[in-house]
Amino acid sequence: VKDGSWTVLQLVEALGSCLENTDPRMRGRGIQLLSHVLLQCYSLLQEKEVLHLVLFYENRLQDHHLVIPSVLQGLRALSMCEVLSPGLAVSVLKAIFQEVHVQSLLQLDRHTVYSIITNFMGSREEELKGLGADFTFGFIQMMDGEKDPRNLLVAFQIVRDLIAKNYALGPFVEELFEVTSCYFPIDFTPPPNDPHGIQREDLILSLRAVLASTPQFAEFLLPLLIEKMDSDLQSAKLDSLQTLTTCCAIYGQKELQEFLPSLWSSLRREVFQTASEKVEAECLAALHALSACLSRSVLSSDTEDLLNSFLSSILQDCRHHLCEPDMKLVWPSAKLLQAAAGASLRAYHQVTCTVLPLLLEQYTKHPQSSQRRTILEMLLGFLELQQKWGLVEEDENTLLSLRASVCSVVFSALTDPSVQLQLVGIRALTVLGSLQGFLSPSDLELVVDHLIRLALHEDSQSSEAAMEAAGTLAPFYPKVFSGHMVPRLEEELQSEREEDSSHDHCSLRQRCLQALAAVSTHTSIVKETVPVLLQHLRKVQKGSEAGNTQGMVSVCQSLHRVALQCQQDDDGCWYYHQTVVPCLLAMAVPAAMQESAHPLLGKALIEEEVLAAMVPVISAATTHLSPELAAQSVSHVVPLFLDGEVSFLPQNSFPCSFQPFEDGECFDTQRRLIALLMAFVCSLPCSVSWCRELLALSCSCLCPFTATTAAKCFAGLVNKHPAGQQLDEILQLAVNRIEPSLGEGPRRMQALTLLLWVTKALLLRYHPLSSHLTDKLLGLLSDVELGPAVADGFLLLMAEPPDVLHKGCHADVRIMFRQRFFTTNVPKLVQGFHGAGPDVKANYLKGLSHVLNHLPKPVLVTELPTLLSLLLEALSCTDRVVQLSTLSCLQPLLLEAPQIMSLHVDTLVTKFLSLTSSPTMAVRIAALRCAHALTSLPTAVLLPYKARVIRALAKPLDDKKRLVRKEAVAARGEWFLLGSPGR
Amino acid sequence: GERPVTAQEEDDELPDAIDDREIFDISVFLNLAHLIRSINDPEHPLTLEELNVVEQMRVKVNDAESTVAVEFTPTIPHCSMATLIGLSIKVKLLRSLPERFKLDVHITPGTHASEHAVNKQLADKERVAAALENSHLLEVVNQCLSARS
Repeated sequence: VKDGSWTVLQLVEALGSCLENTDPRMRGRGIQLLSHVLLQCYSLLQEKEVLHLVLFYENRLQDHHLVIPSVLQGLRALSMCEVLSPGLAVSVLKAIFQEVHVQSLLQLDRHTVYSIITNFMGSREEELKGLGADFTFGFIQMMDGEKDPRNLLVAFQIVRDLIAKNYALGPFVEELFEVTSCYFPIDFTPPPNDPHGIQREDLILSLRAVLASTPQFAEFLLPLLIEKMDSDLQSAKLDSLQTLTTCCAIYGQKELQEFLPSLWSSLRREVFQTASEKVEAECLAALHALSACLSRSVLSSDTEDLLNSFLSSILQDCRHHLCEPDMKLVWPSAKLLQAAAGASLRAYHQVTCTVLPLLLEQYTKHPQSSQRRTILEMLLGFLELQQKWGLVEEDENTLLSLRASVCSVVFSALTDPSVQLQLVGIRALTVLGSLQGFLSPSDLELVVDHLIRLALHEDSQSSEAAMEAAGTLAPFYPKVFSGHMVPRLEEELQSEREEDSSHDHCSLRQRCLQALAAVSTHTSIVKETVPVLLQHLRKVQKGSEAGNTQGMVSVCQSLHRVALQCQQDDDGCWYYHQTVVPCLLAMAVPAAMQESAHPLLGKALIEEEVLAAMVPVISAATTHLSPELAAQSVSHVVPLFLDGEVSFLPQNSFPCSFQPFEDGECFDTQRRLIALLMAFVCSLPCSVSWCRELLALSCSCLCPFTATTAAKCFAGLVNKHPAGQQLDEILQLAVNRIEPSLGEGPRRMQALTLLLWVTKALLLRYHPLSSHLTDKLLGLLSDVELGPAVADGFLLLMAEPPDVLHKGCHADVRIMFRQRFFTTNVPKLVQGFHGAGPDVKANYLKGLSHVLNHLPKPVLVTELPTLLSLLLEALSCTDRVVQLSTLSCLQPLLLEAPQIMSLHVDTLVTKFLSLTSSPTMAVRIAALRCAHALTSLPTAVLLPYKARVIRALAKPLDDKKRLVRKEAVAARGEWFLLGSPGR
Repeated sequence: GERPVTAQEEDDELPDAIDDREIFDISVFLNLAHLIRSINDPEHPLTLEELNVVEQMRVKVNDAESTVAVEFTPTIPHCSMATLIGLSIKVKLLRSLPERFKLDVHITPGTHASEHAVNKQLADKERVAAALENSHLLEVVNQCLSARS
């Protein structure tokens, strides 16, 4: 039939004897064959053929019950025909409604009937609507009593379409509601290994869509919801509340009016009584939706404003609780009011004009800080709602009329001795400040005064909060902050107080610096604070105090924070770069040169710690430059380092020359400044082609700091260098230098450091040479002297360094480099492990654990099975370094891939327990941590071991070392909870 | 704050005795959020230490004689949760201490209306065991002992 060599009519004729057979079984077989053919080629049928077939099938519906399933299949095929002539759909449905008792069929056949209806509804909407309410009625009768979740999903969809597409429901609204709502609330647990994958959630959502699809259901649905909110089952409660919330989206005043009092009393009861945060959250969401729904309705002049009366009843029930800040109901009441108020501006006005004055009054009435804190937190909640709408200029604006008292309450909180109250006050202040136009200029000055006082406060919590608030508010009022706060902080910073003990003074200065950085959130303020910070840095450098280094590090930290805050703003960023970078260089260069002559002066500035703190400052100042501006800056900085060209620095007359790349001992300190060069060039958005000097330096310098920095700098440049002959030459040069030094001599470590960094740089950009270099590293793992350092180097290869070679500083990083490294190198690591001597086995394992710990979880989980046997074998190794690194590798895996690990639970339990009595404390601790991590495996797998583990863990509870006991307590406690109620 | 780790504690050889602070740290680590919810601020449930239920000065340990005594102070004199709090502390310590220790958990004298009755319940091994047979009670206690909130 498919090829067109047979027509369907010919087929029917050929089947004739079969179709007319008196044995129902034979007839059934015949029709089944025909239906199968039709299902495969319904699209080829002619209109005429369809007409005949439909008449035939309708007729067959009266046949024996054995035949019906096949008949329905055939009708389903026909229902998909596009050429079905008008009127046939209606007649098929009528016949089905009349002749078939759907609920006595099997699940599959019922499903067929639903499909027929769905098909017709999709293609013959107009015709079906012609049937009027009869169609609805027929369908109601048909689905009444349906039990199978698969069919229910389809049936619910049909009901939803009935309503959404405006089919005539006629007098059958209530019946339609009954036939669907009887499933509410859904109570269905999918059988284990259910192939159909229908979840409880699917049914809930699809039923909810039906129930909440039309306001016509409201009069039946709302009483049902109110009843089910009372249910003992939490799931029924949640479902009712969520359905209510959904309904509110389409309901109006008319539907809700009658039920508002009982809805409110149910919601109130739940919020006041429940112990479950989930129920509470859903109640609040429902209340919010109700209030929003009532606010939306258009009022005609003669009807009562329902929102008004609804809110009044809420206020009446809640307001007296607000006056009792010690009692349990205060928070639930506040939350209810906030949920209702948050729905619309109108609701907000009505609630706040009662609640705000009340709260303000209560604040004055209750003198205790803890009570005040509660009250202020509630007040804060309402203020935060106001932020949603901004400050609307209206006569009736409650908040504006209460400005004076709100401000006085917040200010009094800020001066309260209780830190907790201060913190809430600071949050309230932030909200008030962000309401444009709320605070008067005099208030603002007061705000700034308070913030300065609190920022310099001894308590770190309120100091941090005040700084954060200042940072948030500064962009709103840049003038006030740069005019008041910055000078005050500067003054504070410069004041030399003799009477203070030096420690206090130090921490005060520290907070000043932090506050200056925190407030620099607007370009105009940055232009004020940066000079102050730099000025202070110069002052500290000249000073001779002991805390010099620490002082300079803190200035650098503040500068770094400012840099991060102004990165996004082009103007601010360029200003910052132009000001800070030359200034830092101008301070560092003479300091480094002076030291060659007089070793004592200004020494602190070029200490490694300080230089390391400057690196992020320069880096952050550079990363966001546009390429043109960056190029401009390069033309100054690079000649400085290469040729000692100091002319662009402010105050550029120096007694001797700056030659960091010259050989000779007297240039040792100058060479350290390579760190600053690294920070600059490695963060540039463009590449700089100039590497040879760095290469030489990194191999030859004996000072580890300088050598490492030079290696990093070289790696950063190599990573960005465009591919081509030039790059190949540079790399060849590097390899030629590394290889001989690696072999022997005093500079092996330097050569290794350079090798690691170059490998990293190439690995990131998928350069072909990287595999050669990695192989070299793998070979070095068996080196007795360098092996441990190489193993640690794998961490460097996998992790993201903070200062160079990451996306932020425009490095060329391919996203999959870790996976790639894993696939090519882990087999080699495993092989190496098996072949290695006992003294170096640990190196391989350590390298492996670094690689595994940095791998994305999904990749790890797929590769884990092949590696686990190796790790388990390593646990039996007697070397404690191997044990320790294996345990530290296994612990995160237990948490992340519990399913795979649970296959080996027996081995794991045994090994971990035996290692808890290792003579080495660190191994005992790691083993106990692993035993603790075991509890994240599926409980069913663990239960057989529970008693044994609990017994075994009793011993380390009495370990002689406290740190071991601590882990034992944690692990044992967790094992006790396994499989117990309440876990 | 957290107890800082000393150099002695990191030394593999030197033994550290079980002291008051250690037992205090164990007993304070209970999660009572669901028992005393929304007293003050539901967003920041207070710890036992902040509620002054357990204080280090009320913990007495003698490692050599293997005894531990913990006094706890119910939040208010009529606190209905006193027995549950005491039970949770007791179970936590039973699970966390070596078997050799003799354990005594009781209410700080004069801080609870039915102090005597609660102490008697907590001291009675059989009643503690029986309480833990009750699955509802066990559930509540386990919630207190669970690290996840």
